[in-house]
Amino acid sequence: MPSSDDSPESGKKCESSNDKGTNPAETPAWTSGLKQLYDSVVDEPLPDQFKDLLAQLDETDSNPEAGSASDPTGKKPSDMGKKA
Amino acid sequence: MADEKTRPKRTAADKADFKRELTEVVPHLRAFARGLCGRPDMADDLVQETMLKAWAAQERFNPGTSMRAWTFVILRNAYLTDMRRNRFRGDYDEGVAERILTAPAGQEEPIHLSDLHRALLTLPPERREALLLVGAGGFSYEEAANICGCAVGTIKSRVGRARAALTDMLNEGTIPQRSIDDDTAHRAILEELDGVVASGSDGGDDD
Repeated sequence: MPSSDDSPESGKKCESSNDKGTNPAETPAWTSGLKQLYDSVVDEPLPDQFKDLLAQLDETDSNPEAGSASDPTGKKPSDMGKKA
Repeated sequence: MADEKTRPKRTAADKADFKRELTEVVPHLRAFARGLCGRPDMADDLVQETMLKAWAAQERFNPGTSMRAWTFVILRNAYLTDMRRNRFRGDYDEGVAERILTAPAGQEEPIHLSDLHRALLTLPPERREALLLVGAGGFSYEEAANICGCAVGTIKSRVGRARAALTDMLNEGTIPQRSIDDDTAHRAILEELDGVVASGSDGGDDD
């Protein structure tokens, strides 16, 4: 079995001492599968319900203040995206 | 940000830009939501809820920053709120997942994607989320930490633990049938949510 290069027994209890996580040498075999799961959904054609909803957004716009009172991110805007 | 207070009313062009960016991230929202909650129908409900909330709050979005990161925060909070209402508890539907998640035809995958997804769904939610953001969504640790409202070290720790757990499960074939309704895990993430809501930022420690 292609259990790659890392030592599976000693490396198992990866506590915070081993939180680098990105070392390519220890990338497990399923990593591409995880990306594939995600991408398979991203690549799906967008269902009509979403197109409909996007089309309706402009209409809901006629009362622009509706629902804008609370921040759904629960954070100050300045917290987000400054690293994006 | 200097002109925050005097920011002019959003023009039609601003709204069009926002809508275009929002449209672009919808597929990503669907992928993230499905990874989080496991059921395609509920995931899509969550995405619709997220889109409406994002649209209503568009004035809070800083143009030029990451729409994907911004909307993921909204989706995540909606998910946590729903989970707190027990909407998602134990709702993982084996049959649906098998159908949806079997690998795309023609691709040889040594690991069955359905096994991988099932294993993913057995992780405590906060670790699943961290792994999804970094390992599937391609966010940096810093971006993931921003999205989750916690420290970068916490994200690294969660991703590391999630990876170790998945590797163990997949190598040893010990994927539990379902443990998405793990009480401990839920309590942990709900406490974290309380922290986020209360303080507006730092989510605290992992374990």
